[in-house]
Amino acid sequence: MSASAAYDEKLVYMANQIARNFSIHGEEKAVASTLDHIRMFWDPRMRARILDHLRAGGVGLEPTTRRALELLSLAATE
Amino acid sequence: MKLYNESDHGTPAKKATSEVKLSVDGRVVSVPAGTSVMRAAAIAGIGVPKLCATESLEAFGSCRMCLVEIEGRNGTPASCTTPAAEGMVVHTQNERLKKLRRGVMELYISDHPLDCLTCSANGDCELQDMAGAVGLREVRYGYDGENHLKAKKDESNPYFTFDPSKCIVCSRCVRACDETQGTLALTIQGRGFGSTVSASQNQSFLESECVSCGACIKACPTATLMEKSVIDIGLPEHSVITTCAYCGVGCTFKAEMRGEEVVRMVPFDDGKANQGHSCVKGRFAWGYTTHKERVLKPMIRAKVTDPWQEVSWERAITHAASEIRRLQEAHGRGAVGGITSSRCTNEETFLVQKLVRAAFGNNNVDTCARVCHSPTGYGLKTTFGTSAGTQDFESVEHADVIMVIGANPTDGHPVFASRMKRRLRAGAKLIVIDPRRIDLVRTPHVEASHHLALQPGTNVAVLTGLAHVIVSEGLANEAFIRERCDFDEYLQWAEFVKRPEYSPEAVEKVSGVPAETLRGAARLYASGGNGAIYYGLGVTEHSQGSTAVMAIANLAMATGNLGRPGVGVNPLRGQNNVQGSCDMGSFPHELVGYRHVSDAAVRAIFDKAWGVKVDPEPGLRISNMIDSALEGSFKGIYIQGEDILQSDPNTKHIAAGLGAMECVIVHDLFLNETASYAHVFLPGSTFLEKDGTFTNAERRIQLVRKVMTPRNGYADWEITQLLSNALGYPMHYAHPSEIMDEIARTTPTFTGVSFDKLDRLGSIQWPCNDRAPEGTPVMHVGSFVRGKGRFVLTEFVPTDEKTGPRFPLLLTTGRILTQYNVGAQTRRTANEVWHPEDRLEIHPFDAEERGVKDGDWVKLASRSGETTLRAQVTDRVAPGVVYTTFHHPSTQANVVTSEYADWATSCPEYKVTAVQVSPTREPAEWQTQYARMSADQRKLAEPSK
Ligand code: SF4
Ligand code: SF4
Ligand code: SF4
Ligand code: FES
Repeated sequence: MSASAAYDEKLVYMANQIARNFSIHGEEKAVASTLDHIRMFWDPRMRARILDHLRAGGVGLEPTTRRALELLSLAATE
Repeated sequence: MKLYNESDHGTPAKKATSEVKLSVDGRVVSVPAGTSVMRAAAIAGIGVPKLCATESLEAFGSCRMCLVEIEGRNGTPASCTTPAAEGMVVHTQNERLKKLRRGVMELYISDHPLDCLTCSANGDCELQDMAGAVGLREVRYGYDGENHLKAKKDESNPYFTFDPSKCIVCSRCVRACDETQGTLALTIQGRGFGSTVSASQNQSFLESECVSCGACIKACPTATLMEKSVIDIGLPEHSVITTCAYCGVGCTFKAEMRGEEVVRMVPFDDGKANQGHSCVKGRFAWGYTTHKERVLKPMIRAKVTDPWQEVSWERAITHAASEIRRLQEAHGRGAVGGITSSRCTNEETFLVQKLVRAAFGNNNVDTCARVCHSPTGYGLKTTFGTSAGTQDFESVEHADVIMVIGANPTDGHPVFASRMKRRLRAGAKLIVIDPRRIDLVRTPHVEASHHLALQPGTNVAVLTGLAHVIVSEGLANEAFIRERCDFDEYLQWAEFVKRPEYSPEAVEKVSGVPAETLRGAARLYASGGNGAIYYGLGVTEHSQGSTAVMAIANLAMATGNLGRPGVGVNPLRGQNNVQGSCDMGSFPHELVGYRHVSDAAVRAIFDKAWGVKVDPEPGLRISNMIDSALEGSFKGIYIQGEDILQSDPNTKHIAAGLGAMECVIVHDLFLNETASYAHVFLPGSTFLEKDGTFTNAERRIQLVRKVMTPRNGYADWEITQLLSNALGYPMHYAHPSEIMDEIARTTPTFTGVSFDKLDRLGSIQWPCNDRAPEGTPVMHVGSFVRGKGRFVLTEFVPTDEKTGPRFPLLLTTGRILTQYNVGAQTRRTANEVWHPEDRLEIHPFDAEERGVKDGDWVKLASRSGETTLRAQVTDRVAPGVVYTTFHHPSTQANVVTSEYADWATSCPEYKVTAVQVSPTREPAEWQTQYARMSADQRKLAEPSK
């Protein structure tokens, strides 16, 4: 795996891990909390990077994570 | 400057609600009931001669020096053991008493060498003082009879000697070891004239159970137990009160000096955190400050394979600044960042993050707390509203049940552990949750009621299981919850914890903790009176570290164990200033005082104070800096007092990241492991060479005072300031107190803090502001910082680090008493005699299965890497679990640890790595390579020496 792909995989892992830990609160809250967490704690270049990954198909993203990132992407283009 | 000598009233102060009035030599004095006659006399200003009594220890009554007469009573009772009573009339001096005392003194002296002039305690000896006080002029008994004058010295301990020829068998040392330290290493052997002090079973001090805390030396009234440094140098002439730079207990010391040379460090009786006690590190292990390997001149080089070139400060700073600017011009403002140190002062840490935010113009600042207590920040802020322990240390004296989770206080926080053990000996109950049988589980006169020896990685299951028992057995404190917490959230949480997957039986299956043990512990914590939780890195350093912290907070709220003395949630901080470095805005998303960078109102305060626009976006964490370096967007870093190569997980990855940067600036005392990848080396100063403050685990801000000129030329805050000025962002602080003033001006929890006030009060626990002008010992009294306490659902999500056929064992890591962190300081002291290498603890079953014997070399391999070290076969660890420390670069446990991390904070999961252990004869390949590279790097520094 190239270093770049490994990095994408790592960011996907991190985002999924966040969503997984919020999942106990129910899907809607988990999406909102994941979005909020990534906004509050990830530096912009990491956010941009994972949004690129999302746009490229988002391999590996769990459904909750994907929804949160879609919202993040909307906010980013607004 | 003077030599501080705390007053010694002879016996401890008593707390009592009633007072008694008595007369001593005609002076009327009122004292709390239970106070000794000796202490009452001292309060009245009369010093009764004494030898076996001292204020830090309970009276013993053996020397008979302190005899007094009390009207209406027969004989001459010992004033140290006689309680003062209402209306008592005491006489401390008359012919009869004088004669009796002289007689006693004569007996002592007849078996004591009269070499006062050449004795190391000459001028600091209570026996000498008492001989003077009783007017001893002749000794009628010669040395012809039996005596101890030829008794052999024990010089085995690297820091102190025991010279039995000078011992007067007052047993102060024995009592200090029992009462103050709680190790019980000393005994009086034999009886009458034949009695002598002995360490453990007639062993040398070094071989004995002694942990070199120094309490006995401090208590000894003669030169029998004496610091070797005093024997070498002579007695000090002045002292300066300062704070230990090792662990989060924050002990106050008197640096006892001769000119600019430290003679000894003596724990200060008025120190609020330590009350006159210490451990081997703060007391003795300060020799690194003058170690020959300390780098004192700045150095630069173009490539990390080039030899270092020694340069002037000016050249080093200009070069560093121009490199930072070059990288920012070429790769953007965010291409550089900084790391603050939990070993440096608050003022220095504040300055580094200010440098990053104001001069670099981004928020790429992080701190080593990332890898230890960042989950505490997240978890306690979410549940209570602020990121700090709730109590002061004193609180433990009011606890009835003490729950220690993932912490090893006797090694990690020894002075607090002594205080905790004292409370446990007095009857408080103990619950230990730890995969390993830490010392506290069974020590003299202390035995844990419950030891929950869980599988590493199952904290959240166990903690939620405890909540399950508390809620389903109706043990929750509903009145407290209704008043103090969000009740709807509580109800949701209560439903959640009652789920069958958190029943003790279900939890037993994942954690290995027997259901009945879990039940017993939950019942005891919920209904045993004041319940206090103390936790450490065994809680935080997991993929669910933040969740576990919240689970702990839930337990305390559910049982009403918050908001008063004796209870609370207390993170035991590793390094001296972890609390402070977090408080000071070292995290990429938070400004000073835990305020998020996205908050415009907060940013406005700093925009104004600093004359810049603070970036509203969070910056990179350490691990993200490394990743971004490998990605090519992060190019330069300024690291103050941190060795990320040795302390962070997955060494190979960190090395690659550092290797990908174009400018690594290391600001440290020694050429540490990270410096192998550095282009600029800025020599740092030690805690003895600068002014500032540290904040300990109880939020206590204490002064660090300069006792000598910095050998490297500058205090660390001055170096950061030079760098900032060279970058074109002016800083003009004349003294660290001005930096603290700026912190106070910009931070609501610090508004009342100043160096003047610290000097006056000795210490201050934040918050300190108009509402609490002298600070806050206990937090969340009456209401939580966030208003209502918040219950958070803590679902157990097992780590992805799994054992399997290739890696069937779980490795967990920790530290030991005599070494500190990556060992940069302690390895450069005589503490090496106790821990010259890291060892792998392995259970006898696992060892036998692999053909490993105690002391054998073994290979420890994980998915990340492998290392070799020697095995220690012990049932301290459970089958399936192995344990090691990370103090030595030659072992580098972090080559093995995985890259999994806490979901919320990226705090690495040091405490769980799937590994295999096998016998081996040779070092791992990288160790050989590493040894070579390390030697090469040191050589590169040689031409400059
Ligand atoms: S140094 Fe501490 S542990 Fe050792 S004998 Fe003295 S009091 Fe006990
Ligand atoms: S070693 Fe010192 S403290 Fe201990 S019994 Fe002898 S004189 Fe007293
Ligand atoms: S307990 Fe901690 S602060 Fe106290 S002397 Fe030891 S290392 Fe220093
Ligand atoms: S001081 Fe009272 S008996 Fe020794």
